[in-house]
Amino acid sequence: MAATATAPSVARPRSIRSRQTRRSLLMSIAEHSLLIVLVVCFLAPFVFILLTAMMTNHQALSSDLWPSPFVPSNFVKVFEEAPIASYALNSFTYASLATVGLLLSSIPAAYALAVLKWRGRGVVMVCVLVAMMLPEQVTIIPVYVLFSKLHLVGSVAPLIIPNWFGDAFSIFLLRQFFLTIPSEYGDAARVDGCGELRVLTSVYLRLAKPAIAAVALFSFFYCWNDFFGPLIYTSENPANWTLSIGLSQFRALHQVEWNLTMAATLLFMAPVMAVFFAAQKVFIEGVTLTGVKG
Amino acid sequence: MSAAVAADTRARARTRAQWRRRRTVALLMAPWAIGFSVFFAYPLLASFYYSFTHYDLLSPPTWLGLANYEYLFKTDPQLWTAVKNTLWLIAVMVPAQVLFAMGVALLLSRARRGAGALRTIFYLPALAPIVAATLGFAYLFNPANGPVNTILSWFGIEGPLWLNGASTAKPTLVLLGLWSVGNLLIIFLAAVLDVPTTLLESAELDGAGAFRRFFHVTLPSISPVLLFAIVIGVIDALQYFTQAYVAAGVAQGGQAGESAKALGYPEGATLFYPIYLYEQAFGRFNMGYASAMTVVMLIVALALTGLILRNSRRWVYYQGETR
Repeated sequence: MAATATAPSVARPRSIRSRQTRRSLLMSIAEHSLLIVLVVCFLAPFVFILLTAMMTNHQALSSDLWPSPFVPSNFVKVFEEAPIASYALNSFTYASLATVGLLLSSIPAAYALAVLKWRGRGVVMVCVLVAMMLPEQVTIIPVYVLFSKLHLVGSVAPLIIPNWFGDAFSIFLLRQFFLTIPSEYGDAARVDGCGELRVLTSVYLRLAKPAIAAVALFSFFYCWNDFFGPLIYTSENPANWTLSIGLSQFRALHQVEWNLTMAATLLFMAPVMAVFFAAQKVFIEGVTLTGVKG
Repeated sequence: MSAAVAADTRARARTRAQWRRRRTVALLMAPWAIGFSVFFAYPLLASFYYSFTHYDLLSPPTWLGLANYEYLFKTDPQLWTAVKNTLWLIAVMVPAQVLFAMGVALLLSRARRGAGALRTIFYLPALAPIVAATLGFAYLFNPANGPVNTILSWFGIEGPLWLNGASTAKPTLVLLGLWSVGNLLIIFLAAVLDVPTTLLESAELDGAGAFRRFFHVTLPSISPVLLFAIVIGVIDALQYFTQAYVAAGVAQGGQAGESAKALGYPEGATLFYPIYLYEQAFGRFNMGYASAMTVVMLIVALALTGLILRNSRRWVYYQGETR
């Protein structure tokens, strides 16, 4: 009885294991080939955009995939065809001024919400969350009316100003990070006679550097890539077009010049990619922060 | 008597300290409070008011009562196209993006070598400015001589019209959405890597196969992130604008000039709710009607997020929670 019971159970592990190794080998081959296919699909658009950007105009309209001859001068020609430098300056003005204002107004609010105890804090937190969740378009019309009454439509000011008055998403993100800082650090500073503002600047700002860096990068990228805002506020005045508007119009003005359009597209992507590779760690950690704490 | 004086000064000091604290809070919250009132609370109320009026920005609003809403719900044929297209996004694009991001994250979490490089490759498209990514896609998929149809023709396949075809325009936008899914992917990857290995190992020892391990260990552990992804996805789908606007403009090509642009080219296939809202508000300057559209959008957004969050208790598992 016992022998018959043990015999198969001795034999089984080996056959299971060999079947399992074969299966896991097949699984691993399948997984890796799937990954390779996905990587190719993800990189291919960049490669084709780059190749097309270096074609002659004639070739870009054919079904050729490989440029011959290579025309890297397209990247220079783009600057002659459209005021790319001016677009870039407008984008940079928008992104940098908005980001500075966003940090100056959101950090104090996040600190008050995370560290200080006061009546009404819960209600305010709910307001921040609601403002964060709702689509930006639900408030766009009265805000537009407001800025048009102030005669600011046509400039980048309407894009920048709201950022100086706190951004819900940034406040939320920073608050979540401030909450992870042990209150003992702040208390120690208070015992030493620091006021709340000193505690914020000398304790919390220092400890929250990675989160602040992430928020700043997100804000900068959001503004740099923003299309809806600049479309509404600057389209009537080409002198204030940002890169996103300029590029979307570029194609309309240069109907069939796919090569130049792709070169301009790459020039638009380049700074973002460069910043990303320089600050990759901050970025990935920041993105992770939005999800895990959300 | 001295004790009473001391208590008095102490009480006064306490009130003073309390005032100082309140002042600090007021100071810290002031910019946000102004911004919230001027750029959020007031616009919500004003939208509500405008929605009952005819308003073209040039002359002051004139009261219409419920006329805007009546037209919106009963007559406007384009509105229903826009609503249907946006619902399509919620039903198809959001699940596609969430499942794709989760799937790739699971694959990446098992990759032994080059995990960092792979993560960067999959994240890169999300970094590309939306306008740039959309232009790139419009070129890749252009039916005349785009690389995609060229490659398909090598295999004897006649490529579809992609962004120029009424039935393929939205699926092409989904492909663009999958390509730029990087943010979600990183969030899922972090969550998957956070799944306690002890749980996975003990499940494996108990004889659970890969699928059971996924459904009984991994999936419950990442369910909060899944919920987050769905909520964010739905909100993003409601305000889906840039990709559709740019893609339709490029695909339409030939007939240049803003006025000649057919709305939601081709054949209304890309007429999403925000595109129509933009057209009403900033193309035709029907601020009153557009406000009615934003009020409806607000109610739908609140209802959808509320619905998702309320039902989440049934399937979202938070670590440390017992049930």
